[in-house]
Parts: sequence; structure tokens; C-alpha cells
Amino acid sequence: MPGEEKEHVYDAASLPDLLPIYYKRLFPYGPYFKWLNYGGGEFSFTLKDDVYIRYQSFSDQQELEKEIQKRCPYKIDIGAVFTHRPKDHKTVKPAAFQAQEKELVFDIDMTDYDDVRFCCSGADICPKCWPLMQIAIKIVNRALREDFGFKHLFWVYSGRRGIHCWVCDETARKLSQTGRSAIAEYLSIVKGGENQSKKVALESPIHPSIRKAIEIIEQRFVSYAADKQDFLGDEEKQKKGHGSMYRGRYPLSNSLKHEKNNNFSLTLLRFKDMWERKDVFNRFDSSNKRWQALCKKSEETLESQKYLKEEVMLQYVYPRLDVNVSKGVNHLLKSPFCVHPKTGRVCVPIDPDNIDSFDPFKVPTISAIIEELNTTESKDEDGKKIKDYKKTSLAGSMVVFEKFLTSLENSWKGKKLEESDKKMEF
Amino acid sequence: MDFAGNSKKSGRSARNKKQFNRVGHNLQFYKIPPTGEISLQEFEEYAIDRLKVLKAVEVAGIRLMKGSTEYIQKLQDELRKTSLGHDLIRTDKKEDKDFRQKDLVSHFILRLAYCRSEELRRWFMQQELDLFRFRFLREGPDSRDEFLRENSLNYEPISDDLKTELDGDLRAAAGSKSGVVDTIEYFKVPFTEVFDLVSKRKVYLEDGYAYVSRDDMISIVITHYRSHLSHSLAVTTRALPHLEEDGRLLPMLCGLSKRYLGQDFNAKKSNVGEITADMIETLSKKSFPLCMQQLHQSLRQNHHLRHGGRQQYGLFLKGIGVSLEEAMRFWRTEFCKAMDVDKFDKQYSYNIRHNYGKEGKRTNYTPYSCMKIITTNPPGPGDFHGCPFKHMEVDMLAQKLRGQHISKDNVEKISKCVKTGHYQIACAQYFEATHNIRNPEDSASININHPNGYFLDSYKLLNGPKEGTKPVPNTPKVIKVKVEGTGTPSSQTNKQSDLNDMDDDDLIASMETDM
Repeated sequence: MPGEEKEHVYDAASLPDLLPIYYKRLFPYGPYFKWLNYGGGEFSFTLKDDVYIRYQSFSDQQELEKEIQKRCPYKIDIGAVFTHRPKDHKTVKPAAFQAQEKELVFDIDMTDYDDVRFCCSGADICPKCWPLMQIAIKIVNRALREDFGFKHLFWVYSGRRGIHCWVCDETARKLSQTGRSAIAEYLSIVKGGENQSKKVALESPIHPSIRKAIEIIEQRFVSYAADKQDFLGDEEKQKKGHGSMYRGRYPLSNSLKHEKNNNFSLTLLRFKDMWERKDVFNRFDSSNKRWQALCKKSEETLESQKYLKEEVMLQYVYPRLDVNVSKGVNHLLKSPFCVHPKTGRVCVPIDPDNIDSFDPFKVPTISAIIEELNTTESKDEDGKKIKDYKKTSLAGSMVVFEKFLTSLENSWKGKKLEESDKKMEF
Repeated sequence: MDFAGNSKKSGRSARNKKQFNRVGHNLQFYKIPPTGEISLQEFEEYAIDRLKVLKAVEVAGIRLMKGSTEYIQKLQDELRKTSLGHDLIRTDKKEDKDFRQKDLVSHFILRLAYCRSEELRRWFMQQELDLFRFRFLREGPDSRDEFLRENSLNYEPISDDLKTELDGDLRAAAGSKSGVVDTIEYFKVPFTEVFDLVSKRKVYLEDGYAYVSRDDMISIVITHYRSHLSHSLAVTTRALPHLEEDGRLLPMLCGLSKRYLGQDFNAKKSNVGEITADMIETLSKKSFPLCMQQLHQSLRQNHHLRHGGRQQYGLFLKGIGVSLEEAMRFWRTEFCKAMDVDKFDKQYSYNIRHNYGKEGKRTNYTPYSCMKIITTNPPGPGDFHGCPFKHMEVDMLAQKLRGQHISKDNVEKISKCVKTGHYQIACAQYFEATHNIRNPEDSASININHPNGYFLDSYKLLNGPKEGTKPVPNTPKVIKVKVEGTGTPSSQTNKQSDLNDMDDDDLIASMETDM
């Protein structure tokens, strides 16, 4: 990303002043509309004070641009393409107004990992738990490409605590609810509610897709679980960590506290038969060493506990999808390039091939990029008009977006060469 | 079926004039609706015959593990007892137009009766799919191939070279059946043809293609049938308003669908009178099924429930007679122990009003049945909803039961049921254990299909009947298959299609996720 990141504090109160500038000068309408132009699908806006407008649709980029600039939405959601233009939905019978197609979407939210991360909870994230998202991208991205053969995957940081994936291949867009559920189920391994402590059960032999996920996890597990989370660290230390943990959605409740403390012992509990807990602790002095010792033991163990090590790893870090978001053809999902009202961060694309270089804490905030705009404005080179967003820290994200778009457009060219090409000029 | 046209002549019994579509195979996807005439009597007779069949399919599926030898035996026995079922499980190739016609017509009549709500559609699809799978698997290999060919679902097996190349992966994906990989043919089909296998991760996928063994080719058939049926039901729902012009059919159709579901517990006034927010705590201990007790307890403990829990519990409370005002009071009191009123009003009150049909599409939502709770939306981390008999670890369940002073024998009995997958039976045993039912006669009649049914039965048992009738330990919500003459008047009025309503529900869920 160009320009050294200055320490910039975003103030939510300034959002109403900043949004008009953002939508006027920075929002990438051109590529954005290009991306969605196979549709005429639904947009919905959340305005200030939670005023919610559904079923917006736009026939061209100008219309979209005008409406967004007029409304200055706090949040934009993208929905499905329907049998009729969403705008006209009131003129047709409700039963006749049906969702036809939409990108296959995935929503992975850090909140769903609360029982296995010790650093934060709720909407908070930190560099210690962010690796969970990196692992999630790696695993889901691989499966969608290699197993399902999808080629046009668009990964986005949601601006706060999670990531989204938009699968834009035609096969994916045309999937029924059953099809979407099937894919989401295929990708779900961690199962069970609060009444199920063992949430991963592997059958023998391990399915090739899970095997590949495990290979990805193995490369990162120690660095994440042992080094960053210290998941087998001293009990006292663990407890201390817990005190400051619950600043989240609801205060620390008994059951959750119980659950959380148990998690650490849960790992050991499952290794109990082969290794007395005390023993592991006394002999080894770090999470890493303790984990290695347990793994080593697990390899020598019984047939019935063959995959203990794998199951523990999967339960800790395997991606936890919000299946309900993926399932519905007309489920709305927050649009890329929105600004998260609480953090001020822009929902920017993530390059799945370079996930390690993506740092959510360096994602530009609306206030920072608007300031960049002001400071760089004078430096116009050659009098050539540069797109405003290219002058800011958004430029890097735009490269990722353009790369994705180019490949998507190439795939269309075979099909509707002339027609779509004309529309795409901007 | 063009009922508007047919009904004019339907008084005539015209068996010999019927011109139903001829079909080649005993099995079919029911793609082409029958045309011809049928009397109202026959119409109802056919429907009830098929209903008996589907009910048999359901019972076998609840009691036994689908696909097991016991299941196959049981279902076969049960189907033999019904007149239509007897024919449906025949595998001989004898042309018998009469039975095929009856199969076709009865299927289409029930489509009309069961397209009216999400719950009905779900039930109908599940039973029809199970029936189809059962029948298909009874056919011999040649007959199956023939069926695939007739429906253009035939694929060429992959070459031996390719099979050798993929051997390791095929084996790994075959699970317990990996031993037969060598001897069995494999087919390469787009993954969109085998969603069943994909969702259970029972197939090897590569670059958008699934490598399906001959044994699993049934999945292709089921995927097609499911998507066809689901689509057709949606289309039928849209067409249904036209039927309203005919004053005779609609009441009969409503009557038919009610026979399965019994009560949908969506009545404005429950049978036990108004329940206020203050009564919930006490009632939860005495008369709530375990799933609702659990939701209640975790709500009290955490002052919060996630979306799935709020839906399951909220609609249940509505069903037992908690008014919107009282519900609002109940949820607000509990949630606001951990958040300010403002946040509650902003984020959660809409959802509660929505469930009572006061927002959005204004549909009066129906409390969840056991089948819905057991088969859909399983709980994930942070969730407390679901069926404890299905979704709770057996050890944890046993511990919980012991904590409620249930005898060791009973705990064991319940655990045994759970382990064999009989969740509703386990729940019935829990009912017996907590209500001191020892009379074997009573216990035989306990049949848990719906949390609200559980509540009602418990309430009646503990508080005595209201109108001085004999205590009813449990009114099984089983179908009463009895010809009750035509045109049963129905109280089920203009219940809208839930197809779209579901979306609102999803929408709310989505709105919450990123706030």
C-alpha cells in the first residue's frame, strides 16, 4: 500500500460528513458496476439511524452513482436477481416475485470462534486471532477452486471482524438453495452447539478434501495455536487472560466462562487416556512442546483414537461458515467498498494468494483516505486525470479488484462478446 | 391438472373415459400432470390412499435408521398393508395402467394439498423422496439403468486408467465402502447432479466433477427428483389461488393436509388460556420439553440467545399462549439485564413482532415441529437450540437427566433410544419419566411430534382437564386416516405461502450478523 500509514484515529461521529466525499470521489463505481452488471439485481441501503430501504435496482452506472450519492448509505447490501426488477416488486404478485440467481456467498465471522480464541471475543479481533481468517481463506479458497472448479472468487474483508467470499462463476450464481446448502455442508466440519464439546468427528479414511485442509492447517497450527494463543499454556496465565476478555456483546456469563476455561482442559481431556495431564505439564514448559509431545503420543495410540490430533486441530482452526448466509438465494450480504460505520474501515478485497500480506489493522479508514486525498491532490502528474482512489491507500485494493474483474470479464467474453463489451465501457 | 375445467363434469364417474398418460417404467418423476376426469369421491380416495403410504414411510423413518435392513423390512411390511403401497413396491414389469395412473394421480393431488406452507412442503417432499429412494433401490440393476436412460441421466463409466490414477482419492472418499472401489464402476458427473453426496462429503470432487460409484448413482436420481419436486411445489403454490374459484376442492385439500399435521399450534388462543411472562419460569420446569427448558435456562443465564434459539423458543412461547405484549415484556426483561433498552428495541423487538405477524410480510409464523427442529438448522458454536436428544452429547444428556432426578433405569432407557437415533421416542420416555406415567396403556399412546404438543399434554395432565373430561395423557398427533366425506370445512384460512416468508427470516438473521 502506498504512503506510510500514519496513526489515524477514526471518529464515528464524523461519518455523516465523510460519506458524501467518499461516495463522490472515492467509491469505485466503474469497476463495481462492471462486476455486477450481469444483474439488475437488488441493492438495499441502510441509511443513518437504521432507516432501511430494500429492493433498489439500477439500470446503469449513472443511476447507481446518483442514488448512492443522494442517499449516502451507511451500509449497502447486495441481493439477488429476481424474476422482475426489484424496483417493480410491488407491482407484481408476491408469489411471482422470486429470486433467480445470486453469487454464492460465504460469511466467516470471528464471533463464531469465541470458544477457541483466548485473546478476544465478540466483535473484537487482534493480530493473535487474525490467523484464523487466513487459514479460513486458504482452506475455503482451495476447496472452491480445486474441488468445485470455481474460478472467480472474490474475497473481501468485512471491515470489522470477518471476511466474505463472493463466488461469481455462472454455475455458482445459478445454484438452487439445495445446491448452496450442499456446498456449505461439504465445507462444514466443526459441528454441534454448546451441548457438544467434541465438535469434530472424523471418519476413517479421511476424505481427500479434509486431508488437504489438514495439510494447510499443519503449516500454520503451531504458529497460531501454540505461539500466538499459547493454547496449552499455564493454567494461571490462561485464567488471567480471561479476565479482560469479555468486553463483547454480552457480559461474561457463568456458562460461557465455564466453557472457555474448559476449552483448554478439553484438549487435554481428550488426550487423557494416553498421557496424564500433570505429566505433560511438568515435563514440558511451553504450549509448543506440550503439543508436540501430545502429537507424538497420539501417533502411537489406539485405532479408535486415530485422528485425535487432527480432530483437535480442526476444532481449533477449521473455518466456521455461517451456513445460513450461504444457503438462501436471496440472502443479502454487505457489499464490498462499504465503510464499516463503527471502525470506519473500508470493505476492501483480499488477495487469497497473498493473504499474509493483508493486515486488517492497516486497512484504510474513510477518514485516512479522505485526508490522503487532500494532501495528494496538488501533485497531479502530466495534467493527466488520475482516478481519485488511485491516489490513496485504496489503490492496492483496487489492483486486487481489477485482477479479479479482468479474469471474470474474460470468462464472459466467450459468451456474450459484443453485448457485454459495449456496456462495459466506462 | 386443470381442475377448473374438470370440476364441472366431476359429478360423473367416468373411470372408463380417463385418459391418463402412459408411462414406460413403474417409477417416474411425475413430470407430466394427468389429464382426464375424476370424481370427487375418487379424488379423495386416491389422496387418502397415498397419505397412508407416506405416513408409513414417515413412521419407518422416525423409528428406524433409514436404509438399514430393519427399515427396509419394516417399510415393506407397512406398505403391504396399504392398498396403494402394495402396488407401489411391486417390481415386476407387468403393464398395469390402473396402478400407475393411481400412483400418478394421487401424487398430484397431494401436491395440491401439501404445497400450502413451508412445513407441509417439507413433509411431503421428505416422504416422497424416501418413498422414491426405497422403490428405486428395490429395482434390479437393469431396471435402474433403464430408468436412468429413460430420463437421460445415463453417464459413461470412467476408463480404467483414470480410475487407477484416482484410486487413492476414490478410496478415501468412499468411507466405509472403500473396500469395493476395485470392483465397482465409477462415473464422472457434474457436482450439481449429486448434491446429496456432496453435502455428506461422500464423493470425491475434482474441478467441478464428482466421481460417483454405481452404487451411489441413486443420488443423481434423487437430486433430480428433489429439484423437480421443489420447483413444482413452488409453481403449484403460485397457481393455487386459481383453485379457490372452485368451492369444493379447496376445503377438501385443506382437510387433507391437516390430517397429517394435526394442530399447527398457531392458534390465536391456546387451549390453556393466556400465559403471562411471569408464569413462564414455573411452567418451564413443569411442562416444557427438554429442548425448551434448555433454551429457557441459557436465556436466563446469558441474558441472550442467538437467532436460532430465539426463533425456536419465541415461536414455542407464542404457541403456548404468550401474547405479543407479554412476549415483549419477557424478552426485554431478560435481554436488558445485559444490554440497554435502546439496543434491545433497535435490534430485537422487530424480530419478536415479526414472529407475531406484525412486521414485514405479516405472516403469523408457526411454532417449530420436532421434525423441523431435528432435521433443519443444526446448532453451531454458541447455539443452544435444536433437540437435546439429537444435538447433545449422550454423556452430557445423561448427566442432565440425572440432575433432574430421573431414575437410573430411565436414564439408561433414554440414552439407548438416543444412541439408536430415536430422538422423539427418547423424548416420549422423558415425558413418561417426568410425569410419573407407569400405566403401560398410557405410555403406548405417548407420541411426541411437536414441542407445543408436549406442553399441552403435560399441562392437561398436571392441571386436569378444563371441561371435566377424562384426562388425556397424550393425544397423538398422528394422522387419522378416515374418509370423512367430502368437503370437510376447514378453519385454515388464507395461510400464505411461506416460500417468501422464510426469506424475511433469513433477512433478519443477516441483519443481525454485522451490526
